[in-house]
Order: sequence, then structure tokens, then C-alpha cells
Amino acid sequence: MLEIRDLSVSYGGIRAVRSISFDVNDGEICTLIGSNGAGKSTTLKSIIGLVKPESGSIKIDGKEIMGQQTNEIVTEGITLVPEGRHVFPDMSVLENLKIGAYMRTDSLTDDIDYVYDLFPRLKERSWQPAGTLSGGEQQMLAVGRALMSKPKIIMMDEPSLGLAPIIVQGIFDIIKEINKQGVTVLLIEQNANMALKIAHSAYVMETGAITLRGTGEELAKNDEIKAAYLGAKIKH
Amino acid sequence: MTISYFFQQLLNGLSLGGAYALIAIGYTMVYGILRMINFAHGDVFMMAGYFAIYSMAAFPWQLSLPIVIIGTIVLGVVIERIAYKPLRTAPRMSVMISAIGVSYFLENLANYLFTAMPQSYPQIDILKQIHTFGDITVSRVTIIAPIITIVLTFLLMTLVNHTKLGMAMRACSKDQDTARIMGIKVDRVITMTFVIGCGLAAIGSILYFTDRNTVQPYSGSLPGLKCFVAAVLGGIGSIPGAMVGGFIVGICQIAITAAGYSVFSDAFTFVLLIFILIIRPTGIFGEKATDKV
Repeated sequence: MLEIRDLSVSYGGIRAVRSISFDVNDGEICTLIGSNGAGKSTTLKSIIGLVKPESGSIKIDGKEIMGQQTNEIVTEGITLVPEGRHVFPDMSVLENLKIGAYMRTDSLTDDIDYVYDLFPRLKERSWQPAGTLSGGEQQMLAVGRALMSKPKIIMMDEPSLGLAPIIVQGIFDIIKEINKQGVTVLLIEQNANMALKIAHSAYVMETGAITLRGTGEELAKNDEIKAAYLGAKIKH
Repeated sequence: MTISYFFQQLLNGLSLGGAYALIAIGYTMVYGILRMINFAHGDVFMMAGYFAIYSMAAFPWQLSLPIVIIGTIVLGVVIERIAYKPLRTAPRMSVMISAIGVSYFLENLANYLFTAMPQSYPQIDILKQIHTFGDITVSRVTIIAPIITIVLTFLLMTLVNHTKLGMAMRACSKDQDTARIMGIKVDRVITMTFVIGCGLAAIGSILYFTDRNTVQPYSGSLPGLKCFVAAVLGGIGSIPGAMVGGFIVGICQIAITAAGYSVFSDAFTFVLLIFILIIRPTGIFGEKATDKV
């Protein structure tokens, strides 16, 4: 479904992403793990068109989207839940959901109900300004807002960042639930433990390159991964 | 001071304030979305004055007024395309300097095209009609200016708060990258902001110059700065704030002139600016800085 080939991105002379290639298959949860500064966020931003890549190719269902404007790319059925949530703080919860469906012209009632079913907390706070929600609720809203565009692929940048463990669990349950309903997920996480548990396929990024790939299960068992990201010590 | 003199001056103040408010809204909207002060706005307002002189010379007023408004909008959009859009990713200071450049360019262009001689502003009979209430004598424009301003501000607030375009504008003013992810065409929203701001400036210019009778190439610079002060006073970025600020600046200016200190009326506006910046830098309706982390 999503096909990345030889993607390179530079930021002011620094090569943040060096010729990476990976695939996200239809209906799966794919995760990109790695430490801070590995180039994960940059990868997502270049897919959505917020950062202009240097070279390479990004295809959705065989259609090249690299170099297009963000508003054109999102019409291909891809969306991003940005790092740090970025809900619109002065708008109400309901308005935030409506703006998620900005490009759509059909009726939104069913989809708003769907999001409220998924996150009953948001329904209670429908009229509240999003800036007054807790971090976990804002994350739910950011995910709900992304779902309102009826995406084929939803990309999530560090959805667990800064949230209490019990809330993180809730967010991951929702990711699985969304995936079950047929939405492909590309997930970026520093919380490798959680991410690998739910991922069908996984890639490890280090200093701008992909160093390991496999199924979520394989990588979770890999000793190097355990040592570097899962906090286990390698026995010598 | 008689009561009628007081009301006469109050009406004059409201009328001038109404014109200021319409221009101040242009400053505040552009600031809200691009975070920059469009120093060329006052000169766009001056150009609208010349547009009226030349279109009224050829057409009846019913046709000229739409021509003035459309011409001013086109001018504003062209300025945005040429001078601001290429600097979208540049530091904000560069865009501001570009705006100052556009301001000087328009003043000199007007000087070249229309000479520095003040030209008389056309009389629109329907606006110039004199009404007498007891001892008070006012032209119709004095009465309708504040009404037009309040109605237009109300319509604009409705647009911003209750339409899809308004929602996109609010989103762009908060967070352009996230707005892009929502599928919003940010450049188009910015263009629309200039369309609205310049349209209001054109209406403000008609109200302002009808009462003042002449236009010259520097007619826009001082009113432009005063309206900027009005926008800061109301809280830059806030539309109702710009309206209230415009009325306050207009009424104060007339009050000082009426009290016999007209020499100080311009200075007062800028003293006001200094005081606001010291006492309440965010203005009356300013954005609260409540960033919840």
C-alpha cells in the first residue's frame, strides 16, 4: 500500500534520513522504532509532504506522491497524528473533529458518532475547548480527528509521548481496534516494547538508516533490540 | 461646552473611529494568520482613495464603489503574491521589511502617477447629504460610518466563527503545519485573508476620504499607523478588539482636537501605544498565553 524507496532527506546540510526503503502492507500495523534523532519523525513528515525530501520515491497504491503539496497528499487517504498531538486548543472538541473532515463534503454525523463511541470521554467534553483537555484526552482527540478524514493509512508520531502508562495502554488498544476495522497503521514509537507487541511488521532506524527489519515478534526477541530498546541485558 | 457640541464631536469621533476600525481589522487579520505587521496596509488604503477619484470620474457611484473595492482587493492580493508569499519560510522580520518596502513603493508610485498635489475626493451625494438634529449638523456619512463598521464586524465574526473558511482561518492562525495535514490549502486561506482585509480597507477609505475631501500620496501613512495602534490597543489578532480599538483611537483624536489641542492629537495616539505596551502588551482582547503542555 505504502512504498518508500531510497528516501533521503536533509535539514540544513545534515542528512536526517539516508536512502531508506520500506513497505507498509495493506491492513497491517507497521512500526518504526529507534532512539531520538534517528530520523523517524522526519520520515513521516516527508511522506505527508511537510518536509521536502531530497531524493527517492513515495508511492501510495502505486501512485507517486513525493513532491506533492500536503493537501493533495491527504486526499490520497493518508493522514498523520502529529507528535505532541497538536489539537487546536481554542476550538471545541467537536470543532476539532469537524476540521479533521475538512476535505469531505458528505454528512459527518455517523463518523462523529463512531469517534465518540471509540472515545466516550470526548463525547462528554464535546463543547469544551481542546486546550483544556488532559494529555491523554488530547491524544484521543488527535486520533479521532485523524479518523474523521476516513484515511486508508493513519500515521502516528509518538502517540505515547508524555502519557501515564495506563493511558498509553488505552491508546495502544485503540490503535489495535482501529486496525481491526481495516485502517492501515504506520506507528512511530520510542516505547519499543509496546509497539513491537502490536506490530505485524517492524523496522529499526538508527541515525537516518534502517538497520533491522522483521515481524514485530521477531524483533521483540532479537537480543540487540532487547539491549538497545527494551532495557534487557545481553547475557555473555 | 454645550451638550449639542458634545454630541456633534462624539458623532465625528464615532465616524472617524469607524473608518479606523475597518482598517485596523486588516492589520489584525493579517497578523493573526502570518504573524507579521503589514506596514503596506495604510498605503493600500491610500491607493483605494485614488481608485475612487479615477473611477468616479468615469462611472456613476453605484458602479464606482464596487470597482474601488475590487481594485483594492486585487492590489492587496498582488502585493501578497509578489512581496510576501516568496518569503513564507523566511524569518518573520524579512516579511516585515518587505512590507515596509511595499509601503514606500506604493507612496512613490502614487507620487509618480498622481503627483504630490492633493486631489479632491469625489462627492458622493448620497453620503454627503446633510442632516440637522436641533443644533447638530452632520453629513450622512458621519452617521452611517459607525453603523457600517459594526455590521461588517458582526458579519466577519460570523464568517470566522461559523463557516468552514472561518474554521480554516482559525486553524491556520494557530498551527499552519497541522492545518495542512487537515487538507487545508493554507495559501488560499492567506489569500482570502488579504481579500477580506483589503475589501474592508477600501470601504474604510470611502468613509474616511468622503469626510476629508482630499487624497495625496502620503494620506495613508499616518492613518495607517494610527490603525496599527488601534489594532494593538484592541489586542492584535482579535477582530472585535480591532473594532473597539479603532473607535477609541478615533474618539480620542476628535476629543483632543475639540478641546483645542489639535497639535497633540497625533502624538497622543503614539503615547497611547507606548502606554498599552507597558501596561497591557496583549491589548484589551489580546490572546491569552495559556499553552498547556
